[in-house]
Amino acid sequence: MRVRRLFVANRGEIAVRILRTCAELGVATVLGASLADRESLAAELAERVVVIGPPHPSESYLKVPTIVAAAVGTGCDAVHPGYGFLSENPALASALEAHGVVFVGPPAETLALAGDKLRARAVAIAAGLPVVPGREVSTIADARAFADGEGYPVLVKAAGGGGGRGIKLAVDAASLASVFALARAEAAAAFGDGRLYLERFVRAARHIEVQVAADTHGTMVHLGERDCSTQRRYQKVVEETPAPRLSQQLRDSLCEAALTFARAISYRNIGTVEFIVDVETGEFYFLEMNCRIQVEHPVTELVCGLDLVALQLRIASGEPLGFQQADVRLDGHAIECRLLAEDPEHDFRPAPGRLERFVMPELPGFRVDSHCRAGTVIPPYYDSLLAKLIAHGPGRDAALATMTKALGDVEVAGVQTNRALLARLVADSRFKSGNVTTNWLEQALA
Amino acid sequence: MELSEEDVREILRIIDESHVEELRIEVSGFSLHVRKTATNTPAGGEREHARSRVAAPGGGTQIVEAPMLGTFYRSEAPGEPPLVAVGDHLEPDSVICLIEVMKLMNHVQAGVSGKVVDVLAEDGALVEFGQPLFVVTADA
Repeated sequence: MRVRRLFVANRGEIAVRILRTCAELGVATVLGASLADRESLAAELAERVVVIGPPHPSESYLKVPTIVAAAVGTGCDAVHPGYGFLSENPALASALEAHGVVFVGPPAETLALAGDKLRARAVAIAAGLPVVPGREVSTIADARAFADGEGYPVLVKAAGGGGGRGIKLAVDAASLASVFALARAEAAAAFGDGRLYLERFVRAARHIEVQVAADTHGTMVHLGERDCSTQRRYQKVVEETPAPRLSQQLRDSLCEAALTFARAISYRNIGTVEFIVDVETGEFYFLEMNCRIQVEHPVTELVCGLDLVALQLRIASGEPLGFQQADVRLDGHAIECRLLAEDPEHDFRPAPGRLERFVMPELPGFRVDSHCRAGTVIPPYYDSLLAKLIAHGPGRDAALATMTKALGDVEVAGVQTNRALLARLVADSRFKSGNVTTNWLEQALA
Repeated sequence: MELSEEDVREILRIIDESHVEELRIEVSGFSLHVRKTATNTPAGGEREHARSRVAAPGGGTQIVEAPMLGTFYRSEAPGEPPLVAVGDHLEPDSVICLIEVMKLMNHVQAGVSGKVVDVLAEDGALVEFGQPLFVVTADA
């Protein structure tokens, strides 16, 4: 069944991104907006807007019954969940299915499996993939026993976490005791699942992920990798593809491993398999699979020349991908920087407010994905992403040169941003050398 | 004091962000009464109560707004008379309509007292959060 009217259950730049593809494809659109977003750019672009609730996400964007009622009540035949919010929520996927509405993403049971990080680990192990040494722990004594065996530091992770959420580092036995108690309480409160597991901490790691796409006719391809090693507090700041200084052999192994995992869980639609690469040993480990469109998807789009949102709708409509692995051509190098409303003077805390000025440069090989303009209010309820700045060139140096120029030309006033940090970062010799690990940015800022 | 619809929305937005449960402002020629209620989480076929949001643009007129998005029903069941009609007198706990959210029937209470002068939403239609449903004139 071809998607004819799509309900967009998200906000901000990803809602704008989805609506633009729908306009190109001639798909009708309905946006579910909170009271805080009824005058947003997405609300202007959508053919119809329904107010789904008050600004706070728990009263609007996170309410499964409301999203289903809004999609059904407006005659939509599919729902695109974007990223974050309900994008990986099995309850939304199954409730929509029960109402005959297509969820643009994998089936509910796939979401449930991949969302349980312990089950996903078990599937990865059974499929022969390397995982970071670790296991579930139920008591502090059990946690100590694991850490004593593996050596400190260890990572304490929530089984219901993922995407950098629910991760804590314990450097010694004393910190493990406090971190364990806190992590348990937080996991139960944030994810409704108090189960924890411990992993050996890889000191010098790169975060590399592989984009996969699978249709309902048995075709599955990868669209190359992305390096997301430049992070702060487990959140990505810069992403690029291809990953710099990665041997062809390791690249091929990662892409093959991603397809192996996606096949093992009968994945459908587009998704991302995340790995960490131990820089000291050159070994890689499976981390998790994200069953949604990623924030950083544009870098992949620019090198493979595909519209990933259009691909999602095509797969959700039951149509074949229309190409095979051999047809995938990766061209050049792309880098994305996340421009955030953050106060650099105060430890980069979110800085909501009204944008008085918002000027993005127009350059060849440069793309901006944003929901902002002068006058836009950045509300305090949601994430602090203002814009994704994406540069594409024949090689990494060319893409970096475009990004450097663009970051110099960006003009934002009214809210504090991390622009200066991004400019410093892309000019840094260590970053330029492509030799960055996940702890580099925080150490460089300290 | 002249208030536009946008001013009222802005006030509601500020109250939404605050921890205030109920607010009553009365200055010359203008009164505003807002009461916040938690919206319901559905639990299969249960009868739930929800209190409407109320905006008071002035002149004793009060707009009863939908406390949630869902399907608006004026009566308990098809074929039954409407729960309220123009001319009826309401008390704050009067059930004035049903809003269905995924099979859960929410019984919406007026939240104000006064006389119904207009019904703004159509039976069986999807109503949005905050959509005006009834116009009520306050008791003198």
